[in-house]
Amino acid sequence: MSEHLRRPHDLGGLDDDAVDRGEHDHEPWEKRVDSIMRLCSDKKRHLLTVDEMRRGIEDLGPGAYDDLSYYERWISSLANNLIAKDVISIDDLGRKMTEIEARWEADREAEK
Amino acid sequence: MTDHNHDHDHEQPHPYQPDIEDAPFTHYQVMAEAVIELLTEKNVVTADEFRAQLEMTDSKTPANGAKLVAKAWTDPAFKERLMANVNDAAEELGIDAGHIPLRCVESTPDLHNVIVCTLCSCYPRMLIGLPPGWYKSRAYRARTVKEPRTVLREFGTEIADNVEVRVHDSTADLRYMVLPNRPDGTEGLSEAELAALVTRDSLIGVSVVKAPEEA
Repeated sequence: MSEHLRRPHDLGGLDDDAVDRGEHDHEPWEKRVDSIMRLCSDKKRHLLTVDEMRRGIEDLGPGAYDDLSYYERWISSLANNLIAKDVISIDDLGRKMTEIEARWEADREAEK
Repeated sequence: MTDHNHDHDHEQPHPYQPDIEDAPFTHYQVMAEAVIELLTEKNVVTADEFRAQLEMTDSKTPANGAKLVAKAWTDPAFKERLMANVNDAAEELGIDAGHIPLRCVESTPDLHNVIVCTLCSCYPRMLIGLPPGWYKSRAYRARTVKEPRTVLREFGTEIADNVEVRVHDSTADLRYMVLPNRPDGTEGLSEAELAALVTRDSLIGVSVVKAPEEA
């Protein structure tokens, strides 16, 4: 297949560096993303399928796909999927993010 | 350290706060927490469900996969059932393998199996836990299907030229686990002792199981 037809997630058979075998534990926030994704896609909620999640990741585009870390791609796709399905609105998300950022900043100041 | 010095709404699942020693929190960490809080406020997910899911994720370890392997090595009838249907065979041992079909691929002295997911990171997480970083890496995903022996060598696994190497590319709908070759010199071991030899990497196929004296 000519390389220009490849989408950024389609890596099989390309050349690359040696595998970096370093083990790192998952950060707490990464486990939280994993857990909320599992719940959203479980039998009870069925808000999105694994394929919709993956499609959302693949649709982030070459720049974002390469620059974002694994769970950054996950939360981006999950948020986009939930917005597209009217589970949350983009306004909700923006407002909540501003609120959390302010709360964490305040906590950080209080710890100093 | 001060105690949690303000009240969080009890509806919030496990309010998360990055450690202050950590690098400044990122846009995506904030987004993650915002999605979790919104879904909780809207009662899509309860705090208890979220906590249970976090615990469930932590409880999935390679010990589950190792148990299946040790049983298959010692019980030919079970091995047959495992090869026919991993999810059902796991359930026999009280292991929830989830609803996505899993297929077991058996390594022998003449055949070595290794798994990869070139498109993303599909992985038998119910049997092994969350995938290691390298499984999700660009290098592993790109090269394992092209030069598996070289990749295996990077893991310290030398596969003899006369042994076939078979690479299995997982998908969202079908995942694999490797049934490693049972090493010589393990004839007298109990099922539990055998399970202790089976590592995460041998269930992925980037390493082989070694008898205790070589280990």
